[in-house]
Amino acid sequence: MQRIGVFVCWCGSNIAGTVDVQAVSDALKNEPGVVFSTNYQYMCSQAGQDLIVDAVREHNLTGLVICSCSPRMHEATFRKTAQKAGLNPYMVEIANIREQCSWVHKEMEIGTEKAIILGKAAIAKVHLNAPLTPGESPVTKRALVIGGGIAGIQTALDIADAGFKVDIVEKLPTIGGKMAQLDKTFPTLDCAACILTPKMVDVAQNENVRIFSYSEVTEVKGFVGNFDVTIKKNARYVKEDICTGCGACVDKCPMKKNPNEFNLGMDNRPAIYIPFAQAVPKVATIDPNACNMLKNGKCGLCARVCTAGAIDYTQKDEYIEEKYGAIVVATGYNPISMDKFDEFAYNQSKDVITSLEFERLTNAAGPTAGKLLRPSDGKHPEKIVFVQCVGSRCDACAEKGKEYCSKICCMYTAKHAMLTRDKYPDTEVYVFYIDVRTPGKNFDEFYRRAVEEYGVHYIKGMVGKVTPEGDKLIVQASDLLADKQLKIDADLVVLAAAIEPDKSARPLATMLTASMDTNDFFTEAHPKLRPVESPTAGVFLSGCCQGPKDIPETVSQASAAAAKVIGLLVKDKLTGNPCIASSNELMCNGCSSCERVCPYGAITYVDKEFRMPDRTTRMRRVAQVNPAVCQGCGACTVACPSGAMDLRGFSSSQIMAEVDAICK
Amino acid sequence: MQKISRESLVEKAIAMLQAHEVSAVLGWKKGEFDYDITPALFTDAEDLQKNFVWNDFCGANFSKYLVEKTRNIEGKILTFLKPCDTYSFNQLLTEHRFDREKVYAIGIPCEGMVDIKKIKDACGEGIASIACEEDVLKVTTLYEDAPIAIETETVLAERCLACKSKKHVAYDELLGETGEVLESNRFDEVERLEAMTADERFAFWQNELSRCIRCNACRDVCPACTCEKCVFDNPNSGVENKAAANSFEEKLFHIIRAFHVAGRCTDCGECSRVCPQQIPLHLLNRKFIHDIDRFYGDYQAGAEVGSRAPLVDYTLDDLEASEIFEGRDN
Repeated sequence: MQRIGVFVCWCGSNIAGTVDVQAVSDALKNEPGVVFSTNYQYMCSQAGQDLIVDAVREHNLTGLVICSCSPRMHEATFRKTAQKAGLNPYMVEIANIREQCSWVHKEMEIGTEKAIILGKAAIAKVHLNAPLTPGESPVTKRALVIGGGIAGIQTALDIADAGFKVDIVEKLPTIGGKMAQLDKTFPTLDCAACILTPKMVDVAQNENVRIFSYSEVTEVKGFVGNFDVTIKKNARYVKEDICTGCGACVDKCPMKKNPNEFNLGMDNRPAIYIPFAQAVPKVATIDPNACNMLKNGKCGLCARVCTAGAIDYTQKDEYIEEKYGAIVVATGYNPISMDKFDEFAYNQSKDVITSLEFERLTNAAGPTAGKLLRPSDGKHPEKIVFVQCVGSRCDACAEKGKEYCSKICCMYTAKHAMLTRDKYPDTEVYVFYIDVRTPGKNFDEFYRRAVEEYGVHYIKGMVGKVTPEGDKLIVQASDLLADKQLKIDADLVVLAAAIEPDKSARPLATMLTASMDTNDFFTEAHPKLRPVESPTAGVFLSGCCQGPKDIPETVSQASAAAAKVIGLLVKDKLTGNPCIASSNELMCNGCSSCERVCPYGAITYVDKEFRMPDRTTRMRRVAQVNPAVCQGCGACTVACPSGAMDLRGFSSSQIMAEVDAICK
Repeated sequence: MQKISRESLVEKAIAMLQAHEVSAVLGWKKGEFDYDITPALFTDAEDLQKNFVWNDFCGANFSKYLVEKTRNIEGKILTFLKPCDTYSFNQLLTEHRFDREKVYAIGIPCEGMVDIKKIKDACGEGIASIACEEDVLKVTTLYEDAPIAIETETVLAERCLACKSKKHVAYDELLGETGEVLESNRFDEVERLEAMTADERFAFWQNELSRCIRCNACRDVCPACTCEKCVFDNPNSGVENKAAANSFEEKLFHIIRAFHVAGRCTDCGECSRVCPQQIPLHLLNRKFIHDIDRFYGDYQAGAEVGSRAPLVDYTLDDLEASEIFEGRDN
């Protein structure tokens, strides 16, 4: 029989505000096996922990029930406390009476009743707890960074500088990401290429870094310290190690009319292409949907002009398997599609563009060589209207846009407006906004300069409709401060489209078993205290995959993720989780259901000789769990038809006991 | 009447026994009455010649017997498999429940088996003997002078009327011909139950399952129930004491059992055949099969060895739990 101590935490007023903590500790005192029950203001504080240690010694407690916050918050804390008191740390059970009780109830009576029930369930479970000892597993000293934008590049560089091997997987033919497409960067207006391309070169030349461009992750197995990853290198039909990037093929390719993705389709590229002059790796890629040779075997011009002999039309997708200790997700963002925003006439007029397209129009390496010209007729626009929050901060229309603030649009719009006025002072510039949000170092000063020094017309109000009329765009809008309707005949309309996580993020999250929010942004292990870690051990977050961010913030987060990865990779061994599965071989049927559902490949089958009750021996096929690989997810215990598979610390009988206690 | 003759089966079995290619034959023999044909293990020719039966009452599915018999018998076992039995055979192989090398499987065609309940409904109690003839059964009862002729077609078992396949999916040798997978109406009854309100459905199952006497026949005959130790016989499982506080509480036994065999049940219908209380237990399993088909695409357990049942498989296009929840009434 266990001697159980119950410790009810007030969490200040967090719990005590809606739960009568005295009533809870009194009620639980009468449960079987409970020899001590008390409550305290902050159980996690030093004084609270001392109270637990003293109670264990004084009452010879063998099991502890802590009624407090979520085990994700303080289970580890109280396990350490138990250890300090001489108990096995796994003799602690947490009844979550905060998140699952006081925070969701308003009435004291109901909250108290539920807290008592949750406490009883934890007591019922602790009766069946047994001391557990964690095992150890080795750490593969290599990291994988998924995504080769500024976030991925920075993370990889920092990890490599600490002396660890890093691989970057980038799905496009070049690393660089969105930042490579930008013109200038706020608030200092330095040129994006000037600060990014040296980093791209650094990362390419770093001997600890390997870059898999035009590649994607197709399978992830294993667990923290020991991930097994399959990377698919898409066939680019050019031998990467031989191509010199001279561009002769690009010049000669006859299939020239394919939308150029790098310039967002505003000009064309040949079927064989190098995305931009500073691409890394600077290697040509053949677009199989555009190449005549690949489609019907006619042409072969690029192979003839290539003096290096790098063209290989027979190249196949290649699969690479590699082991990693840590994985960093840096899959970035994209502007949302404007298809649902008919009111802005994006699909009707070439002169309604998104802000990212505007970046390309003003970029010296863009389709107009940096001259701000209208896409429709190549004339200089004299009146430009910028519309902010297109698809951001939508509440009622969540189907159309996003509920969140995309965070970067206020600043880049101020940048666009300012640069336009600076280069073309004869241009009239209007910016329509809901609010201008500029919290950041030197951000508000930057915005004020746009208004005060550059004479940009900032108008509070939303644009209702854009109508193409002749070669003008009639913009109907309201000025909320002046309380009047406006009609502006603009030459160019620029939409600050909301940003969303890259579409590759969701399938990747599934592979990584990393959680996401409803907007497909990866969630952090803790929004404040563990912002660059995913709740899945060994998976870290860098850049916009976790939420909208500007470049300075992305780079800081990238380095923070790198620091966490380095902290993991320097360890030789990781202490495992003892709450793992084990099979009762006498009951195992050998059916393989568990082996099939195990996401970690922790289960194998062996033929084993058993002594039967009638003194005969029999060979039976039974499941065995590799304790170093099992992560204790419990999938096998559910799949097992005979109940032979059980999870230590969460055994079926423990869970049944909890359910019984709740239903009693 | 079955198309393949008893004699050809007996001849084949005796030939293989005498050539020592197999050491035993799993077949059918007469029980107390003509209609309670039971599975039997034959090891000599004389016994086979005398007692082997093959007629419209040979419903029993031998697949499950292989689990135990292959362990206890030296050498190979010859077994006869009707098309629906071959699905159970494959499913057991998928679950590594017996050694394929120890079995010689002969696929035999099946024209459907009859249901004794329907015969009794037609000609009353007191059946003394039944002769299976071409398209008719001649039933002699204690109360009538002349045998009563019943058209076989009119007394076919429900599971045979909704036959899913005449195709043998596993065999070493075929006697007679194999057929095709059929377009079956087997989910009609499930859909009728789904169309009921929750209260009506509850009343339906309460009426059916309250008759359960917990004889365990359904579990014992089920080819998917081959656990080394059944959870219902295991005091440590925490399940065995959950069943039976009142007559309807047996529902828990059946619901738990349906969950245990979900995704593995081949819909062979043995559970309903052996139920002495005529509870349509197969409908529980069919509901699961129907749901699995709807949520994850058509899947037939046992259609091939080693196939991954959707419930123990995982693909990126799997439905989210919420979608299943929302789609529960459709």
